[in-house]
Amino acid sequence: MRTVMYALVPGIIIYVLLFGWGILVNILLASLSALVFELVMLVVRKRPIRRYLFDGSALVTAILLSLALPPMLPWWIPVTGSFFAIVVAKHLYGGLGYNVFNPAMASYAILLVSFPRELSLWSVPLELLAQPLNFIEILTYSFFNTLPELLTFDAITAATALDHLRTEISLGTNIEEIRRAPVFGFVAGTGMEWVNAVFLLGGVWLIYKKIITWHIPVAMLASIAAISGVCFMINAEIYASPILHLLSGASILGAFFIATDPVTASTTPLGRLIYGCAIGLLTFSIRAWGGYPDGVAFAVLLIGLTVPLLDHYTAPKVYGARTRHGDG
Amino acid sequence: MAVLILTILALVFGGILGFVAIRFRVEGDPIVEKIDSILPQTQCGQCGYPGCRPYAQAIADDEAEINQCPPGGDAGVQALADLLGSEPIPLNPENGEADDGLPMVAVIDEETCIGCTKCVQVCPVDAIVGAAKHKHNVLDAYCTGCELCLPPLCPVEDCIVMRAVEPSIKSWKWPNPEAVDEGQAA
Amino acid sequence: MKKLWRFRGGVKLPGFKTLSNSASIRQSLIPGVVTIPLRQHIGETAEPVVKVGDHVYKGQLIATSGNFISAPVHASTSGSVIAIDKHTVPHKSGIAEVCVVIETDGADQWHPDIEPCTHPNNLSADELRTRIREAGIVGLGGAVFPSAAKLKPTRPIDTLVINGVECEPYITCDDVLMRSRPEDIIRGILLLRRLVDPAECIIAVEDNKPEAIKALNDAIKKLKIAGVGSVNTIHVVAIPTVYPAGSEKQLIKVLTGKEVPQQGLPYEVGIVCLNVGTTAATYDAIYDGKPLVSRLVSITGPQIKHPANYNVLLGTPVAHLLEDAGVRHVDDTKLIMGGPMMGHDLPHAQVPVVKATNCILAEKAAPLENIASMPCIRCGACATACPIGLLPQQLYWHSRGKDFDKLEHYNLPDCIECGCCAVVCPSHIPLVHYFRYAKTEKAAHELKLKLADQARLRTQEREARLERVKKEQEERKARRKAARLKKKAATANQHNADGAESAAKVST
Repeated sequence: MRTVMYALVPGIIIYVLLFGWGILVNILLASLSALVFELVMLVVRKRPIRRYLFDGSALVTAILLSLALPPMLPWWIPVTGSFFAIVVAKHLYGGLGYNVFNPAMASYAILLVSFPRELSLWSVPLELLAQPLNFIEILTYSFFNTLPELLTFDAITAATALDHLRTEISLGTNIEEIRRAPVFGFVAGTGMEWVNAVFLLGGVWLIYKKIITWHIPVAMLASIAAISGVCFMINAEIYASPILHLLSGASILGAFFIATDPVTASTTPLGRLIYGCAIGLLTFSIRAWGGYPDGVAFAVLLIGLTVPLLDHYTAPKVYGARTRHGDG
Repeated sequence: MAVLILTILALVFGGILGFVAIRFRVEGDPIVEKIDSILPQTQCGQCGYPGCRPYAQAIADDEAEINQCPPGGDAGVQALADLLGSEPIPLNPENGEADDGLPMVAVIDEETCIGCTKCVQVCPVDAIVGAAKHKHNVLDAYCTGCELCLPPLCPVEDCIVMRAVEPSIKSWKWPNPEAVDEGQAA
Repeated sequence: MKKLWRFRGGVKLPGFKTLSNSASIRQSLIPGVVTIPLRQHIGETAEPVVKVGDHVYKGQLIATSGNFISAPVHASTSGSVIAIDKHTVPHKSGIAEVCVVIETDGADQWHPDIEPCTHPNNLSADELRTRIREAGIVGLGGAVFPSAAKLKPTRPIDTLVINGVECEPYITCDDVLMRSRPEDIIRGILLLRRLVDPAECIIAVEDNKPEAIKALNDAIKKLKIAGVGSVNTIHVVAIPTVYPAGSEKQLIKVLTGKEVPQQGLPYEVGIVCLNVGTTAATYDAIYDGKPLVSRLVSITGPQIKHPANYNVLLGTPVAHLLEDAGVRHVDDTKLIMGGPMMGHDLPHAQVPVVKATNCILAEKAAPLENIASMPCIRCGACATACPIGLLPQQLYWHSRGKDFDKLEHYNLPDCIECGCCAVVCPSHIPLVHYFRYAKTEKAAHELKLKLADQARLRTQEREARLERVKKEQEERKARRKAARLKKKAATANQHNADGAESAAKVST
């Protein structure tokens, strides 16, 4: 668990540098409340506290959840998110190792559906802001919902690159024009493309440290690239390029940190490839033809339901058996 | 028109079901076989029925609850509940304790045995051999531990008793690792 | 260069071989008492043929069995039998089995009838087999299967594999044996060749034992020069060092690409596999006429002061060996018979060395907090490591739930208990312990079902018998009643007839 957190740190640092302190405030709020909820649940369920509280799983969940949420939020959203993640999605399903759904993603989905407005207001990259908020101002916003004088909420928030993309495509604008909007940087969303690139480095490091295997990330990114590439070649007016899809939204974060959660992912090598592939395809489908700008969270949750089936049919052949499944 | 179609469909399917019910009828009651295969065959009578088969029949006839068998234990109740699609209920304590210790077999003290053949006759699996006025002997391999042969049936004191079967290396069971772990975590 | 295959899974383990693999073998001193169990092999327990008070020579037969899957037992040194009763044998349960206890006289005198055989090549295959059986030879790699039974294959054999792999950490007795007696091993193989008639013989050695490989190759060359032609069919093959390459199933896969069928035996794919130690024991039995009475044992581990390989008399108490080798912090020591992966904990040090004892490992008794495990996070590392291709994760869940049907479906009986899964588990779950538990629970459950079926059958037969008896009694009753009525009717008729007669007489 700790290695996973180390892998996320560079990305978080870049995030803070490019978008301000909001994300760090969320991370702190979510982490603290996650640990509190974890402690409460361990006491209620009579589990050994020291062993489980400091195993790092609650922290990783909290950080991933925070990274999925917009930076500027009232304090009760990260806390409620932690509640759903730790208490409902994790402990009520049995605790570490027994949860059916990825806690961070399940919680994000619940928040998205319950508080759509708050969750669609993402921060404008600092380079585009006339006057970035400092740490105290962000805390004030978070707890008291007040902004410094002369600053409106609209001025500091905007849709994400993918959100903007979707809206404009439905209005009939073609990709070329959309790409010229300030929310887009070199190849993908301004600022976010760098954050995702650093997450990519962190993810590769995780594979090197053998914390995760290459199957899921490679399968997921390859399938996103493949399907978006095919669509791009068919009609470049309404489908964005593969690079944009790979470096936007939660593609990288999802591929290396979220879909690879061992408890909810497939466990066999072939099963993992299929799992990663399916998530990639579903993510793209939701982005291009579905109702939400980014589909990673829902894709992970939905494909996660098929995991027992995948595991059953991709079990390796046992030594000495005549067929793949023996007699069964 | 719709009414006509639905009526015809009902008649057709009703006819098929009726035909199949008569043509493929199964004589006897296979559920009794299935229930009997779950019961431990101790033939002890603790359930109140003279043997496992009558108890199985009683369960199938809905005359008995599934929680009457102590030798089957809670695992047996669960298996019966799964088979019959009903809820598992706790073992009826009036019938006795579930035995989760070592298996027991009856042992006859040949010095004290008077050769009355009462135990020979009562044993439901013919595990006791002996003729009248001759010493009786329990065949360990067949004894189910039902205890029907113990006093008051046996008229002699301290002649027939239950003895635990000590595990050999072949029958020894590894302890549950969870129990070891819990003990350390506590 | 022989083509080699790879088996799936496996783990690379630190060897710890250098602790004990110096070539010099130490001779273990004769203990005051040897306790020889009568079942040191797979199969039927041998029955004693000596009684308390008898004097026995070294190599004298003390127990035998008529069963095909069994092996005789011999006295490992001279002395007198002081008891034949139950003693704790090396098994985790601490259960006692029948042993012959001999008080040694220190003379270590071989039985006078034991003499070397000058021309073993004149012996027929059947005679060789008989002598191997009579010498009490069993698989010395640890499986202790009676070798004579293995050497009578019922189909043609392509390859005779001699297992010198020794893949488990710490154990070095086979390595040291190959280095000190390579020629005897080769001659032993030539004898075994005659029994199974294979197309080729391979001695497999892990590539972390270059000296052993060289020693064997030199011995082959020497015998070739000496004119022993058949030695051409023997090849020494170095295989990559991966645990568990020494497991019979995995070794066969590596050398031949074939897989032994599930629940089957190697001869079904034309292979017979024997340990190098067994081969050396065969040489001793045939050339020197000496039955199996001693073996090499690695005494090693972090708690041993002078780790080394000892030549030990069977029946020597482990405590005696530990005295020789020296133990640090006796109270903090855990004893294992075998290696760290597949070995079994010993209940205490008063157990005897048996034919299966290839190593006594003295480890530090691990503090309790370190053993506690976390829940399974379904990472799948265990499935990747399993050399059999099982899903230890599924087996773990179903072992906890005692779901025997599912355990059968996921092939629990195929688990070789190698421990690869437990080594890689990030949650430190004692997986092999769970599988051993599940196997014995499953066996107990199946036994219970078998006994229940038997009881059901006997109950039905008894009820049928009682029915029959009742029916016969009723029939007899009915017949008697009918006979009585008939008699009554006949008597009545007679009276009537008499009456009529007398009436007739009177009337005339």
